[in-house]
Amino acid sequence: MSQEARKQGDPENDAAVSRRQAFVKLGVGSICAACAGAGVFGYEFLAPNVLYEPSPVVNAGKPDGYPAGSVTQDQQSGVYIVHGPEGIYAMSAVCTHLGCLTAWKPELGIVACPCHGSKFTRDGVKIEGPAPRPLPWLRAWVNEDGDLLIDRSEFLVQKQFVRT
Amino acid sequence: MANSLAEQFATLRDTRVWRSIFRSGSGGTRLHRALAVQQNVFLHLSSVKIRKRSLAFRVTWFLGTLSLGTFLILVLTGIPLMLYYHPSVPQAYADMKDLRFAVSAGVFLRNLHRWSAHAMVLLVFAHMFKVFYRGAYRPPREFNWVIGVVLLMLTLFLSYTGYLLPWDQLAFWAITVGSNLISAVPVLGTRIRFLVLGGHTVNANALLRFYVLHCVVLPLTAAIFVAIHFWRIRKDGGIYSGETKKP
Repeated sequence: MSQEARKQGDPENDAAVSRRQAFVKLGVGSICAACAGAGVFGYEFLAPNVLYEPSPVVNAGKPDGYPAGSVTQDQQSGVYIVHGPEGIYAMSAVCTHLGCLTAWKPELGIVACPCHGSKFTRDGVKIEGPAPRPLPWLRAWVNEDGDLLIDRSEFLVQKQFVRT
Repeated sequence: MANSLAEQFATLRDTRVWRSIFRSGSGGTRLHRALAVQQNVFLHLSSVKIRKRSLAFRVTWFLGTLSLGTFLILVLTGIPLMLYYHPSVPQAYADMKDLRFAVSAGVFLRNLHRWSAHAMVLLVFAHMFKVFYRGAYRPPREFNWVIGVVLLMLTLFLSYTGYLLPWDQLAFWAITVGSNLISAVPVLGTRIRFLVLGGHTVNANALLRFYVLHCVVLPLTAAIFVAIHFWRIRKDGGIYSGETKKP
């Protein structure tokens, strides 16, 4: 149909075409809105709101249980409790490379990761290996009952010691 | 016996019941043979006719067919294994041990599943190398190469998700390391890791998520892409047998 013929065409038909276009736009628009909504709903559904994971705060018992010069590894919670000359501090045992659990080697006096061979001093400083950062120190304090508590979710920027 | 087996089979193929299922009926004409392929939902993914030389061993080393074969073995052995395996933290490892030592033929099914999984990864890689070095990825087959890359990724994801299911030390630390690799994705890394694991550590949620991905989501996706892959071989002019277009 030529432009002229369309102009001369019956006005109802013209209106029907524009109405169809409006409905197509409405349809495509609502499908897009539904997809976006499904995306948000999907994300919200897949991200759990309640986690049944162990608490990040662990009770390490009485500080007296850690004699001077000792490095104690708690396998269950993945922390080291080190009693150095300046006091007690807690350090994460989770390797900063890819999250393996490191181990204290008493015969060598170092911390070593079994996965990719990173090695650290008892202060967490990297000696060698692929680990990009030192082992983080964790916030530790003594509560009213005299128990040593360690928060695994809180990394210390400044070194802090628990005096005994 | 008056009739030979072939004649009896021909009679069977002309019965009303058979004809209601396979419409092409008996007969050895080219039309009948073409119809038999064309009217079968599985066979119609492939061509009705192919060049004889493209069936030669040296053309493909049958690597694509062998990949499909391992995939079918994995589906067939995986389903019975699901009947004895509970994807829960207290039971997963014990169920895997039971499959090896207490369930009749369990060790056979489990090992067949495991070795086929290894073989499938190897065969898919070999298939891609073969396609690459023969230049079979070139137009008009370039889109099927892309489908092939998707299938390679699906194969690796299937392999990775299956690795966690025995729930032993090897599995736990492999998935810990692997999921920490996801964290390296810029900006969204830790969020993607949280969604994949359903938590911050490899735990009950992660085991269940990997199980559902391994047994439902990834195999179904792979089956769909395999169907597209085969159909595209036909649509792109059949298996590349080394012909070159005249200028």
